[in-house]
Amino acid sequence: MSILVDDNTKVICQGITGNAGTFHSLGCRDYGTKMVGGVTPGKGGQNVEGIPVFDTVEEAVTQTGADATMIFVPPPFTADAILEAVDAGIKVIAAITEGVPVLDMVRVYEKVRASDSVLIGPNCPGLITPGACKIGIMPGYIHNPGKVGVMSRSGTLTYEAVWQTSNLGLGQSTCVGLGGDPIVGTSFIDLLARYQEDPQTEAILMIGEIGGSAEEEAAAFAKANVTKPVAAFIAGRTAPPGKRMGHAGAIISGGKGTAEEKVAALEDAGIVVAPTPADMGDAVVKAIAKS
Amino acid sequence: MKIHEYQGKELFRQAGVPVLEGIVATTPEEAVAAYEKLGGAIAVVKSQIHAGGRGKGTVRDNPDQKGVVVCKSSDEVKAVAAGLLGKTLVTIQTGPEGKTVNKVFVEAGCDIARELYLGIVLDRASSQPVLMASTEGGVEIEKVAEETPELIFKEHFDPAIGLEGFQVRKLCKKLGITGPAAKAAARFMPAICRFFVDYDCSLTEINPLVITGDDQMIALDAKITFDGNALFRHKNLLELRDLSEEEPSEVRASESGLSYVKLEGNIGCLVNGAGLAMSTMDIIKYHGGQPANFLDVGGGANAAQVTEAFRILLSDPNCKGVLVNIFGGIARCTTIAAALIEASQTVGFTVPLVVRLEGTEVEEGRKMLADSDVDIISATDITDAAKKIVAAVG
Repeated sequence: MSILVDDNTKVICQGITGNAGTFHSLGCRDYGTKMVGGVTPGKGGQNVEGIPVFDTVEEAVTQTGADATMIFVPPPFTADAILEAVDAGIKVIAAITEGVPVLDMVRVYEKVRASDSVLIGPNCPGLITPGACKIGIMPGYIHNPGKVGVMSRSGTLTYEAVWQTSNLGLGQSTCVGLGGDPIVGTSFIDLLARYQEDPQTEAILMIGEIGGSAEEEAAAFAKANVTKPVAAFIAGRTAPPGKRMGHAGAIISGGKGTAEEKVAALEDAGIVVAPTPADMGDAVVKAIAKS
Repeated sequence: MKIHEYQGKELFRQAGVPVLEGIVATTPEEAVAAYEKLGGAIAVVKSQIHAGGRGKGTVRDNPDQKGVVVCKSSDEVKAVAAGLLGKTLVTIQTGPEGKTVNKVFVEAGCDIARELYLGIVLDRASSQPVLMASTEGGVEIEKVAEETPELIFKEHFDPAIGLEGFQVRKLCKKLGITGPAAKAAARFMPAICRFFVDYDCSLTEINPLVITGDDQMIALDAKITFDGNALFRHKNLLELRDLSEEEPSEVRASESGLSYVKLEGNIGCLVNGAGLAMSTMDIIKYHGGQPANFLDVGGGANAAQVTEAFRILLSDPNCKGVLVNIFGGIARCTTIAAALIEASQTVGFTVPLVVRLEGTEVEEGRKMLADSDVDIISATDITDAAKKIVAAVG
């Protein structure tokens, strides 16, 4: 088992004929993902190295039975692409695109929440169930099938965490990059609930960062609802207030969203917090030993 | 992207949000001409910088000169403008280094009956914009939020619909606004919410929002930040950008597609990915060092970007060493290694360089560096890298 995606998941790529869309569609197929199609309006009937291209998501779903999509369309068109996927009944939508206007996401967020679709991102690396299905831009080879559910607001920092858990022999059940924007489709809480229900996941690693209050909310949820061991890391302990650290969401404003507040909330919930990014794997080992 | 108060007020005026008459000036003479053109006895001379707290802020070499001054004569306007223009203003938001005042805004006075606070931001917890209003106008809202949060009233709104009439009535009730002033609020509040949405703002703040003696509601300040990701649909806003208000090295970085924030320490950092870049700063500090910057070269960094990144890092005189931390995903280690070798030839490394590579094509990348004549200290993991750079800069 795993969460969200497995070896039966059929994936399409919206924006497959662009450079990034093509490159990563082929990368996912090479990894073993069932890449059944792609969508680029006006290019239906073509194919990308054997992957058929459709004009609309609806058509792609009808023809291929796709139930997941990864989105690489440019930022001005990303909201529309997500809504098209929702409309077509796609179950798992991973929006990789960086730079989507926040108010576009306000509009999309409500519609996604009212549907049966799950949106990961935008501005995220995607998600992967090692050995079964990779939807996104992460390097596949650092992952191993295993027992840790990894969820993160960051991209490369997730690779670091995955690498550490792989080297410790723990492996991963499903890794999800939530995205670095102020509004993203899926929260830590949504995933905590899924990991708690998933028999393959024996421990959870949560990688947060400064800004917002998603980590505090997740800590409160975990305390009340999660019985599996949880470890965490918060990036940005040394970030000065008022400066945006790359991600649109990573900013300490009005004294809120500091790493100290987040670490305190996590520790209060019994979560093992790694003191440095080098200790994320060890924190999982400690959390497992503690439980 | 931030803009000046005088620019924000012009946008307000176009959007039907009431503001006072005002004229921007870059010399004391222009300020006097503006004062005379406004024709009133009272005018306010306000320094224009991209930071709040100007009213209580003071000029660095002259603590008696405040950043915002009420004037009653041409001579006074001239003296205040001369005391501000070209000088460095230090406010609670600028940090001790302050910001240079290049422009003043000369604005007509008005009869202030009440000062309120109004701000619109995105509430991440509810994923909706929220209008916040408070009776505590003219003071630091952060302080109000901390000490008397019950005095801040909030109404969320759907961007597609805007602020509803009943929400205005709720706010007026809580703020104690009645009669003709409540009618003014019923026009003002939905208009400012529409402004926030129409221009894709990430912040619209009016502090103070005033009610005049004759029950008008007027924006006495305009602090606006636009969502940089939405500027593609507001091309007219780009000409309002004032690059002199931004850190030159940060502007240079953004032009090369790099995300860079200058800090106070002496260890330059070059990392791919924002989360890993923040964590690299954290682990440097954990091992006793001080990062000189945040620098994310992005997922698909190429040689030109990495070279430019090195130029920016090494142009900081505080930088006594550089830590490169790359976890290759999309960006291949070989690309980074080639860029490092190229940068060493074109830029030249004058300080110790610690390199940690991991991820896609790592073996080939490490071999390229080992075979080159670039003088690097290689590190096996993130802890090793942090310890080595801290030791290298002493």
